[in-house]
Formats: sequence, C-alpha cells, structure tokens
Amino acid sequence: MATSLQLPVFRACSRMRNISSVKLSPISLRFFQTTSQNFRDLYWNDKIQKGESQFDKILVANRGEIACRVIQSCQRLGIKSVAVHSEVDSSAKFVRMADEAVCIGPAPTSQSYLRMDKILEAVKSTGAQAVHPGYGFLSENMEFAAQLADNNVVFIGPSSYSIKSMGDKIESKRIASAAKINMIPGFDGEVGDEDHAVEISRQIGYPVMIKASAGGGGKGMRIAWNDEEARKGFRLSKDEAKSSFGDDRMLIEKFIDNPRHIEVQVLCDNHGNAVYLNERECSIQRRNQKVIEEAPSTFVDPEMRKAMGEQAVAMAQAVKYSSAGTVEFLVDSQKNFYFLEMNTRLQVEHPITECITGIDLVHQMIRVAKGHKLSHTQDEIPVDGWAMECRVYAEDPYKNFGLPSIGRLTRYSEPVGEGIRCDSGITEGSEISIYYDPMICKLVTYGKDRQTSLDVMTNALDSYVIRGVTHNIPLLRDIITEERFVSGDITTKYLQETYPDGFKGKQLTSSEELKLMAVSSCVYAKEDVRDRSFLNEKRLHNEQLADKEWKLSVVLDGNQEAVHIVLKDDIFTVKCRGETFDIKNNFNLSQSIINADIDGSKITYQLLGRDAAGHIKLQYAGSVFKTHVLEERISEYVKHMPEKKVIDKLSTVFAPMPGMVKKVSAEVGQMISEGQEVCVLEAMKMQNSLIAGKTAKVKKIHFKAGDTVAEDDIIIELE
Amino acid sequence: MWQSLTKSNGVNCIKNSLKSQLYLRDFASKRWNTAQHTLAVRKKIEELRKKALLGGGEKRIDAQHKRGKLTARERLNVLLDKQSFIEYDAFMEHDCADFGMENQKYAGDSVITGRGKINGRTVFVFSQDFTVFGGSLSGAHAKKVCKIMDQAMLVGAPVIGLNDSGGARIQEGVVSLAGYADIFQRNVMASGVIPQISLIMGPCAGGAVYSPALTDFTFMVQDTSYLFITGPDVVKAVTQEEVTQEELGGAKTHTTLSGVAHNSFENDLDALLRLRDLYNFLPLSNQDEAPVRKCSDPWDVDVPGLDTVVPLESTEAYDIKDVIKGVADEGEFFEIMPSYAKNIVIGFGRMNGRTVGFVANQPKSAAGTLDINSSVKAARFVRFLDAFNIPIITFVDVPGFLPGTHQEYNGIIRHGAKLLYAYAEATVPKITIITRKAYGGAYDVMSSKHLRGDINYAWPSAEVAVMGAQGAVKIIFRGKDVQEKEAEYIDKFANPFPAATRGYVDDVIEPRTTRRRICLDLEMLRTKKLKNPTKKHGNIPL
Repeated sequence: MATSLQLPVFRACSRMRNISSVKLSPISLRFFQTTSQNFRDLYWNDKIQKGESQFDKILVANRGEIACRVIQSCQRLGIKSVAVHSEVDSSAKFVRMADEAVCIGPAPTSQSYLRMDKILEAVKSTGAQAVHPGYGFLSENMEFAAQLADNNVVFIGPSSYSIKSMGDKIESKRIASAAKINMIPGFDGEVGDEDHAVEISRQIGYPVMIKASAGGGGKGMRIAWNDEEARKGFRLSKDEAKSSFGDDRMLIEKFIDNPRHIEVQVLCDNHGNAVYLNERECSIQRRNQKVIEEAPSTFVDPEMRKAMGEQAVAMAQAVKYSSAGTVEFLVDSQKNFYFLEMNTRLQVEHPITECITGIDLVHQMIRVAKGHKLSHTQDEIPVDGWAMECRVYAEDPYKNFGLPSIGRLTRYSEPVGEGIRCDSGITEGSEISIYYDPMICKLVTYGKDRQTSLDVMTNALDSYVIRGVTHNIPLLRDIITEERFVSGDITTKYLQETYPDGFKGKQLTSSEELKLMAVSSCVYAKEDVRDRSFLNEKRLHNEQLADKEWKLSVVLDGNQEAVHIVLKDDIFTVKCRGETFDIKNNFNLSQSIINADIDGSKITYQLLGRDAAGHIKLQYAGSVFKTHVLEERISEYVKHMPEKKVIDKLSTVFAPMPGMVKKVSAEVGQMISEGQEVCVLEAMKMQNSLIAGKTAKVKKIHFKAGDTVAEDDIIIELE
Repeated sequence: MWQSLTKSNGVNCIKNSLKSQLYLRDFASKRWNTAQHTLAVRKKIEELRKKALLGGGEKRIDAQHKRGKLTARERLNVLLDKQSFIEYDAFMEHDCADFGMENQKYAGDSVITGRGKINGRTVFVFSQDFTVFGGSLSGAHAKKVCKIMDQAMLVGAPVIGLNDSGGARIQEGVVSLAGYADIFQRNVMASGVIPQISLIMGPCAGGAVYSPALTDFTFMVQDTSYLFITGPDVVKAVTQEEVTQEELGGAKTHTTLSGVAHNSFENDLDALLRLRDLYNFLPLSNQDEAPVRKCSDPWDVDVPGLDTVVPLESTEAYDIKDVIKGVADEGEFFEIMPSYAKNIVIGFGRMNGRTVGFVANQPKSAAGTLDINSSVKAARFVRFLDAFNIPIITFVDVPGFLPGTHQEYNGIIRHGAKLLYAYAEATVPKITIITRKAYGGAYDVMSSKHLRGDINYAWPSAEVAVMGAQGAVKIIFRGKDVQEKEAEYIDKFANPFPAATRGYVDDVIEPRTTRRRICLDLEMLRTKKLKNPTKKHGNIPL
C-alpha cells in the first residue's frame, strides 16, 4: 500500500495486493496531471521472451487515446512509433508521444484518417514495418490490410480473409451456424425495401432489430416494435449505413428481451493456437453504444465462462483468426447465449480484460503479427480481481442519455491513484471537435473484488476535473452507486428501466441536500472574507476584516433554507434546519476540488463556478447543483425581481447538439403535425431526427442542408 | 394646538411636517416648558426619520415593487455592507412654493444620499427615489448630490449613483436645470480623481442623461431602465418615427448599438451585487495604487492550456477570452462592454491579486480588426486605467484597421487616433503580448514598444509586418510572379523574428509561461516612475 502522496505506482491487483482506498494526489489547479504509471506492474502476467525478434518501428494509424495506448506499449517494448495525424491534431498528445509524426491531411476523417494512400505513403517514408490500426477508422478494412500486405508491411490484426468473413454480418452468420455456434432467429439475407422490412419483421415477430450489414458501434441500428417503426427504422438506418459505411445492405433479426451483452476476448496466432481471455460484461448501453463495462461478469459462472469461451475460440478458428478479437454474445435471463458478431480488432474496452488477466493485449497483437506463437496457454489466463470501465464522453447525459457536446478543455485533471487507469488522448487545452469521437477518456478501476473496484471508481469520478465541455460523469457516477447496478442485476435495457423519464441527475437525500447547502454557504463565507482581504489598502480598519459570522439564505432546487455560519479557529460551524455541521476551512477558492471535512467525514465536492450575485455551482456525486446564496437581509428582495422570460421551446425546433444539417423536410408556410420529422441532423456520424413539438405552420427556416449548427441554434420556427 | 398635545399625551398629533412647523413656532412664542419642548422635538425627529424611510409612502413602494424594482433604500441595502450606510440630509426638503408644491413635502426629497462601505472600503452614494415625485430632480435633490460629491473629492473615495428619475422637477423650472449643471460640473472635476459609477435602474431622460455619460462607467438594468435625450413621444412628434422606449433607449440598445452603457444586468439585485464585485477592482482615488487582494491561485506555474489556444491555421479564429481567462487569477474577468464592438475585449482581472486592465483584440469578431467603435471603446478604458494607476495588459492579434468608405466617412482616422493617443499618453505599467498578427498601423497602436511599452512579448505564433503577405507582394513586386514572392514574404515576416531582432519585442515566450512572466514583470514595474510633460491638459482628438 502506498503510504503517502508519492508518485502513484500503477498496480494490477493480484490476489496478494489489496486495494482498499484511493490515494489522490493534491490537484494543482493549473497543472495538467496525467496518470503517470509504471506499466510494468500492470502487465504482471505479460510474458516477454528474451531475445524474441520484434518490429523496429510501428506506425499507428489512429488518433486519440487508442493511439496513445498503442504507443505506450511500443515504448515499453522499445519499439519506435510513428503517428499519423490530421492538421487539427498536430499538437495532440499522441503526436507528441510518438517518435515520429506525419501529417496526412485536413480534419475530416475522410480526408485524413481514412486515406489509405496517405497512410501508405507515411509508412514508406518512415520505414515502418508494421501498422497498428487501433479501433474504428481502418481497423476492420480488409482492403487496407490487403494493400499493406502488397507493400510488405504487416497489418497488426487479423488477415483480410478473417476481416471479410466477420465484417459482413450475413456472411458471419453463415460461418457461425456452420461452426455450430448458438444463433439468434432472424432473416438470413438482404432486406429489399421498407415493405420487405415490414414483411420480414412480421415473420420473425416483433420486436425486431434492424441493422446494417456492415454496421458496428451502434451505427445504422434500430429496434422496431411495430410496422411503422420498422419502416422508419429501416429508412433511417439505411441512410446512416450509407453515409457511415458506404454500404447500405440491411438485415433484420429477432430482438431478445431483457438481454445482456457479454463478449469474450480471444487471442489467436498464425499457428492455429487460440485462447480466450474471459468475458466482459457490456450491458450498460445507450442507443446500442456501451457506457460502462466490467470484467468479469456477475452473471457468468465458471461453467458458462468455459462454454462461451470455447464457442468463441471455435468461431475464431472457423475463420482462421489470428491476433486479438472479440466475440459478442447476447445472453438471455436463462443464461442462453447467442452469437451476435465478431469484432476483428482491439476493442475500446480491452483494458478491463488486461486488468484481470495481467496481459498486455497490444503487445500480444504485435507478437502474433510478427509471427510468434502465443505465449499463454488457456490455464495461464486467470480471472484476477475485478475491473470496471467508464467511458467518459463529452456529451450531455440529460439529453437522451448523452448527446455530443464540443468545446475546449479549459481545465483538465485526471484522477490518479492506486487502482486507477485513465486511458485518454487529451490534455488541458485540447479541443473536442465535431470531427471525431467525443470520448474524453476511458476511466478504468480495479480491485480485489467488484465492490472495491466500484469504490475506487466513485472516488475517481468525484475527483476528475473536466471544465469547458459538458460531460457524462453525472450519469456514470449515478449508475455506479445505483442499487440495481451495484447488485449486478443489469440488462441492456438498464438505462431505460432505471431512468424511465431520462436521466435527471443525482437525487439528493435530505441530509445530502443540507450538507450541499452548508458547503455552498462556506464557499460564500470564504469568498466574503477574501473580498475584504486587501493587502495594500491603508485606509481599512482591522475590525472590518473581522466579520466571522453570517446569516445567509441558501436556495437549492427551489428549497430555501436559513443558514447561520460562524468561522472560528478555521472551522465553519454551520447551522441549518436544526442541524449543526462543523466544516473544516481546508479548501481554497482557486482549486476545483473541495475535499470537505464535515464532522470528520470526508466528502468530495467540486467547485464549478461562483459569481458576485451569489450563484455557486457545485458538483456532488457527479451531478451539478446550482445554489443561490445571499445574505438573509437581502434575500427577501428576491421576490420582487421580475421573472425571466423563457423561450417557448415548443414553437421552435432547435439543435440539441452541434452538428450538420443533413436534410430539412419542411417548407415555410407548410402545416406540419406534432411529432413529424422536420429535419435530420448529423452529429458525430449519427443521424438524428428532429421532430416538431406541436402542430403548426412553419414560420421560418434558418438553416439549410449542409449548414453546420451550434448547440441550441434554432433551426425551424413554428407559428 | 397645545391642548390637543396634552390631551393625547404628545402622541399622534403631528399630522404632517407643514402643520408641525407652524406648531413649533407657536410653541416657541409661548415660551413653554423646555422639557416638554425637548421631548416634542425628539418625537418629531423620530417621526420624520420614520417618514423619510418610507419615501413616497407604502402605496408607491408597492407600485415600485410591482414594476420589478427595488426602492431607493432597498437598493442601498444591497449595494452596501450590512449597517454601513450613513445618511446625509434626511431632513432636507424642496423649497418650491409654486403649483401647490408647498403642500407636498417629503423629508429627504426625491433622493437618498450618504456614504457607506463596500467590503469595508468607503464609497459615497446617491440613490434616486422614484416614489417621491417620480425621483425628479429638484434644487434640494441636486444640493444633496453635490454635497456627497464634494466630500468624496475631499477624502478621495468613489461615488456611485443609482439613477431612477423621471427627469427635471418641472415645477421648479430653472432651479432644476441649475441643479443638473451643478452635478455635471462636479462630475467633470471628479473625473480622473475618483472613480464614478452610474447604475441606471429606471428612466433617465433629458438633461439627466449627461451625468451618467460623464461618469466612468454606466450600467443598466435589463427591461426596467431607459436612457434617452428625448422620449418616444417627442421623437414621433418631431420625426414621425415610431419607436418603443425599449428600442430607443433600453439596455439592449445602449449595450450593443450606441455604446452608451458599459453593460447591463438581469435585475436590480444582480446589478447591485455585481457592482460590488467591480468596486473591489478599483482604487479609491487617483492617489491610491491599484488594490491587491489576497490571491490563492499560484502565479508561478505554467498554464499548459494556453499553448493550444491559437490555431495552427493563421486565418482561423479563436476566442481571445480563453487567453485572458488563462492568465488571470482564477480565470476571473470582469468584462466591460461585452456586447459592443466585440472585436476588442476590455475588462478587469487580477494578476497575483493585483488589479489589472486587459485590452485584447478579438479574432472571433471581425477578425479582430480595429474600427471606429472598437478604438473608442478601448481608448476610454485605457485612459481610465491610466488615470487610476491600473497596469494595462494588452493582447495583440490585429490584422489592421477595418477598411471601407463607411469607416473613412465616419472618421476612423480621428477615432483610431484616440486609442493611439490613449496608449501613448499612459504612464502606468504597460505589458503587451503579441499572440498572432500585428499588422500595419494597428501594430503601432496596440501598446507597441514604440509607445513606451514596458515589456513586450511575442508568442511563437506572432507575425509582425506592415501587412499580410498577399497584399504586400502585390505592391512590392507589381506585375511579377507574385505567388513565389508571397512565400518569400511569409518566410521573412510571418514570424516573430523581424520584431525580436530589432528589440521591438523583448522576448519570444511560450504561451504557457505567460501568466508567470506577467506576474514577475508587474512585480518589477510596481516602482515605475514616468511623468508626462507638465501641461494644462493634452488635446486628445475627440
């Protein structure tokens, strides 16, 4: 156990080590702190054969955190790394980490990260012997893999045959059934048009899942519960598939109720060896995109693990797989599991597998690509401890569990400490732009058991300082302490079921509310003292500096409370609603984090903002709370203030997120009915249908197809 | 009279001040028992004070509240520290005897004056009382205001005026006009000696508008305050133009179009509390140095976020406020005129606790060019900073003056000269950081080394040149292969070296070190002594 606030040593949890608390280093506000880890300890089970041949130089054909992740392993292994980047990424973290960097084009991915020719040029000019594609972009592009092979460059991933077989969902199903893998009932072929989609859906029986044959990551995928939804879903998914993958072939299958999404990591070599690295539970999803993952799963027992693992290995071997891959299963409440698809790449959530197995997956991918045999046998792959991963995104969790947001990270400080691994590709000052995935980081925690891992995660999320963009920590933080999640009872519908009316933020108990009010009053008092602390004012009398007692009124969510505070001997004694708290004066108004000491117990808050008019914004348990603190004598005037005019949101169709207008399907003067689609907005490669809030005539259209819009821009006005 | 007094045991007999005065006269003439007399006087003082507290009475107070406005006294309660207000002239009354005014008198008349403290520091205040004669300005009203202004000058403390007045007291005629002029004269005498701030919290029309206009800062309350020379009715009568009060002189008009007001706030409470915030940035007079407040934000660390503010593409916009907030203590920035002439950003911040003024071109708006409005906006602010010993931090990213007939016809030459004049004249510490473009005459103007800049820095992204490469080569190489030459020009001038090799910038610094460097320089410049030649006053091109 680390005894003091020293440089955090990154440790994996073997059975011997116990992790009971998180040690957080003091956050210096203006310093960007990244997790400085010693990776050797993390990969305690990774095997390096002395003298084994390895590549001299690897090009990483990706950006952001995954590029950093791959480069880290290269650095650890003494392999030189080359980054390719777009113009806007020139000073990104992964570019600075790499030994060499080549700019391959402007910001849009189609002109940079998806340009095979440019990347091939970079490979040639830098003399890289192999290319690691990360995930997304060209990672599952068999043409890219083939082109590299033509140029005698090694693609660190499976063969283009494997990619091809598994990349096409229809093809992959055929192979899977041939290999006797459990299958979901569905239509085994291509869907023609909307009518055909409805016909097939009826045959299979609703609910059905409509998805792009070439799809992945939730894009081009929709669930339909009736004919109308089947039509709409088919049309939208098809459009999305076309713009995202350039392939709009669709398929339809039975949608399994109350399912869990559990996947198995496999690792194979060119010599026919294959092992499974246990499962990952990825059921917490929104719009089919993963939010929180964990390994192992609470639902999987050793017998089931073995069965799933063996099927996964069989699947991989059926396509002569080499490298790391993932076989996704849908699991029903009776522990039946069905093959979904196989991802022929390194997954976003691979770190949790690394935590519980101690194996560096990137290293093993590199070894396998070099032609080496697997260094692990199945019995050398343990389930050791428990790992959780939260995907921290720049998105607004209050809107549909997360709509992308953009901005500049004005303050950014990652949590550090034992049991925390923060995989990110950004630093303070980085821009989250509309061009790329809005992921800020993958926050991974682990411990000897699930609860330890969750406790570390709670503290880590509370201490994570992100300013400048809206992020989804409120939702993540709420889930990991929610009763049902903590008990392990989850399905892919968890979010809709737990938050039927959408996520509304942390719901405070009465005691939490009081403490929040008390802390915010302390912030007010502290600022009041400082406002009088002039260092060069000759005319002030001392007694004026001695104001150590405040009668305040605090409003939080419409509840007003009288608060009485006395500051003595660096302790704020706060009286509120008949209760008394002693809060230590141990925080600093310039710091983002308030590690409050309330009657001896420690609670983490973040100070997000405060202004002269008494508005104090605090973050507690992930959620943001706005309080209004005034002197009691002044607070009585609030009632005279005129109410602020609110914009009538029903009469406008506004952009819920920044993006590009794909289509405007209304005209000025046209009558439209409530719920009718009037505009399609493309953001982060997702098509979002915007609907009219009421039946009315279109008054004005402010944007046309192709325009970019900022969040809350009014696109269409209704009469 | 007396009988009634004894009967009711001295209580409740004095109905109004007029009657009571007559009564007191009777009292004296009858040489009554002095103890009784003393008690009666005390009673009267008490009653008058009570009345004075109510201004125009409960009914009018309710009406004021219904309009979403606080009363004059409530406003002072919010603005000033608890129990710090000391009132002057609570008993003063108007002396108008025409049009029945002799029967309508209110203790203190239509304004409340006095002094108080804001965070322990003295301030003189007047707060016009709309509940008394609509806050109109009488001779007595003016006298009260002049009194506190005189005393503020005497001791060197700022004056804050809370305006809520229908205008001149028409019944008093020329007396009222004289009163305005008395105030104007004092505004001008106090200018540059003590900070003067006006907060418009109701109507302010006609001659009354010139007092706020003469003060250093004019703020408005949204939806409830108006400033205009002539109201919509007169405008209609004279020009046939139909315009609402709000359009003609509301907060939005004056903070975005006319530049008359320096900012507007949501409501009375918000405005008064934010005024307290502004007050903390200001010295009490021109004899005091800029205040230094305790600072908990470390000054001696890097700010890595600053490295990525300026985009790589030299034509791409960015928000200069990211730079200001990056260097200022705790990112706090009290912006002045945020909605007017957005191509320049001005406002107060602190560096290691010490108040500084920031002036910065805003590439996000009109590419950060200098035009008439932005020059005038910044010039006035620079002069304020210079008058009150507040160091000036200038961030430069300016592609030049805005070209065009509109600008030329409206006098960009003389207006641009104001900013040049203001910077050249200023003797306070001046620190300048060129973040990107510093082109042409605008480079000179923006607190360059040549205008006695104390410390001038360039970021690595700086380009100091006479003009952009494209324009320059067209002139230098008329008719030749321009494209090739353009590259040559960019090579030569689109970097900080031409300025650095000549000493026009003292150093090329990494953006992340900017905060640290400014703090060190300010520490050094504390003892700066620079005096302009003795003169009556300069002749700034107005």
